Amino acid sequence: MAPETKHLEVTLDTHVESVNLAEEMCVRVAEAAGFNEDECYRIGMSVREGVINAFHYGNQEKPEKKIHLAIELTGERMVIHVMDEGKGFRLNDVPDPLAEENLLSTSGRGIFLMKAFMDEFDVLPGRTGGAELVMAKRLPLLGSTSNNGNGNTASSDAAPHQEA
Amino acid sequence: MPSLFATTREFSGIAIVDLSGRISLGDGSALLRKTVRDLLDEGRTKIILNLGDVNYIDSSGIGELVSGFTAVRNRGGELKLLNLTKKVNDLLQLTKLFTVFEVHNDESAAVRSFT
Repeated sequence: MAPETKHLEVTLDTHVESVNLAEEMCVRVAEAAGFNEDECYRIGMSVREGVINAFHYGNQEKPEKKIHLAIELTGERMVIHVMDEGKGFRLNDVPDPLAEENLLSTSGRGIFLMKAFMDEFDVLPGRTGGAELVMAKRLPLLGSTSNNGNGNTASSDAAPHQEA
Repeated sequence: MPSLFATTREFSGIAIVDLSGRISLGDGSALLRKTVRDLLDEGRTKIILNLGDVNYIDSSGIGELVSGFTAVRNRGGELKLLNLTKKVNDLLQLTKLFTVFEVHNDESAAVRSFT
């Protein structure tokens, strides 16, 4: 019998404190799911970057807009969705922060870090009208091939409805 | 409680800023920005950021380090990093910023590198 999927969903205000709150929540879920300290750090950082993206770029720091965070724990993976109420964006349009001309940019590294730290990452058109970031990490017992934070295995089955 | 603390000392005309805590979106990044700007306003353009007690940096913090580096360089000075923790070191490697910043593990060597 397949393990039950656990689902947690919260709506966050467009506020700096929401970034810390989302990170703390996801790290606690990750700890409970059995991820080690390094993996919890990477998951926490990725969620943090996702919510910063929603806060700053998606909702443009407008307090009347909301950030929607959802966490799913399946038998195999922890999947995190971060949705904003902005205009959305295409992953292919995000500049490469490692390009020589972008190295001294003061922003634009959040997406890169999420892709590096998670096993799967994608950006979808969100049901709230903005962008939906979807990121996933394989659970420890089944995740022996999980990357160590230096690789990038973006996309795949975390995002079955990709249009970007 | 503030997420970042900064204390500045001076040695041979070089400002050494001891940072501890998190350089992240919000007050951490803001304090780093203010600290560097204040030093520049005082005409101090030789700066070492001691990150030995900084255990966390997010993309906002990375951006603030880059911003400080550029601001100091635009005034004809130099901003160097000292005592990176493993997490910060790994982040700078991952983002290729190791090729931008001059990084030292020894304070005396960092001070001497300005002469």
